[in-house]
Amino acid sequence: MQYLISVIDDGAGLATPTEEADIDAFNDRLQAEGYWLFAGGLGSPDPATVIDNRGDETVFTDGPFVESKEYLAGFWIIEAADLDVALKLAAEGSKACNRKVEVRPFL
Amino acid sequence: MSVVDVREAITEVHHEEWARVVASLTRRFGDLDIAEEAASEAFATAVERWPADGLPPNPGAWLTTTANRKAIDRIRRENKRDDKQREARMLYDDDPPEPLHAIDDERLRLIFTCCHPALAMEARVALTLRMVGGLTVAEIARAFLVQETAMGQRITRAKAKIKAARIPYRVPSAEDLPARVSGVLAVLFLVFNEGYLATGSDTDPVRHDLTAEAIRLTRLIRALMPDDGEVAGLLALTLLIEARRTARISASGELVTIDQQDRGAWDAALIGEGHRLVRERLAAGVAPGRYQILAAINAVHTSARDVRDTDWSQIVALYDQLVRLDPSPIVALNGAIAVAELDGPEVALAAVDRLEDKLAGYHAYHATRADLLRRLGRSQESRAAYDKAIELAGNTAEIAALTGRRDQLG
Repeated sequence: MQYLISVIDDGAGLATPTEEADIDAFNDRLQAEGYWLFAGGLGSPDPATVIDNRGDETVFTDGPFVESKEYLAGFWIIEAADLDVALKLAAEGSKACNRKVEVRPFL
Repeated sequence: MSVVDVREAITEVHHEEWARVVASLTRRFGDLDIAEEAASEAFATAVERWPADGLPPNPGAWLTTTANRKAIDRIRRENKRDDKQREARMLYDDDPPEPLHAIDDERLRLIFTCCHPALAMEARVALTLRMVGGLTVAEIARAFLVQETAMGQRITRAKAKIKAARIPYRVPSAEDLPARVSGVLAVLFLVFNEGYLATGSDTDPVRHDLTAEAIRLTRLIRALMPDDGEVAGLLALTLLIEARRTARISASGELVTIDQQDRGAWDAALIGEGHRLVRERLAAGVAPGRYQILAAINAVHTSARDVRDTDWSQIVALYDQLVRLDPSPIVALNGAIAVAELDGPEVALAAVDRLEDKLAGYHAYHATRADLLRRLGRSQESRAAYDKAIELAGNTAEIAALTGRRDQLG
């Protein structure tokens, strides 16, 4: 079962060197224990562009699709046996990156 | 057997066997929906057939077999869908197959899954009453003053999350067990409290159906986890509160506080059982958790034949112990009520006033202040505090009692 662990930033900004070191250690653990599928960090949503190509014309909109104080600042995609395992890893991830995280199962 | 007898017997079998049937079907078919529906159909068949055919020799086995057949029928009907999709819906369970006698563990699995911390509290309560307690959606909706469709959606959503997020169907590991048991007990205590002090203007002030169901489910968990101190503690606590049920509401419908209750109306059998459990936990010599301490406090109260015989120093000591474990302002408030009996209302009022920041929106804070101010002869302030308590209180009998006390002020 695959889960998306999203990192929610509410204004803390980029990770501090300590947070980065903790995230690296957590990533190493995920890889060593076979949970790791993918991960990435995202900057502030300011430079985002929204694209809508459902109609005749491609429309580009400057800025994120939703204006909010909280935004997605990074994510992990993990393979875990069940939600209990995913919740435990997410709790460790939250501690490592010093931010709230959200767990969602893939279909 | 008369028709009435059979009906009563079916009710009893439903109480005894519902959770067992749902749990064993969930384990076999890996799907709460299938288990719930098949169990309902099996019981409906029993209601139809047993009055004419009589009770089968082993009603539980009959129900499980019938429910299994119903579930297989449903799965066959759905088999047109591809197998992969069906597999994706299966609840996950990586434990090795259980030996046959481990049937009780299946009910525990069911309880832990329904009370999973990733579900909202109200969803846990609804799901536990439906899947473990066997209450109908309509009954649960009525109990919590929610529209039946809304309650149905709440349960459906919870089951869908269990499936989609793969909440496991198993008893938690030993390291997680204390936290998870305490989550289960929180669900049962919430059900009990809603029955004990029901909210809403169009409901009975005491809902015996809910307190009885909470006690029944706590007894079930006690039978499944006989060595858990907090489970015993919650059972003792709820029994000792339930024992005072008939004395809690006056003939005119007012809530009667424990110091004013007719102690002869207390249920001696329930008190005896509660006291035995408290003694058992004391003898275990293990540091008690919050339910055990609350049970001990209630044991001290119910040991006094007359309110004047109450051992207040022991109660205050128990509250001190509880505050160290659970430093919540509500515990501090209840502790202050005991302090008033030991050290006088002035000392207690000072302690209560310190809680204003945290409890200004809680009716019991104002009701406690009002009573202490009344005892200190500060009528005007007392009246204002009663007004505030009445405004915030949700229980009809409590509002009646507070209004009565306010109106007696000189």
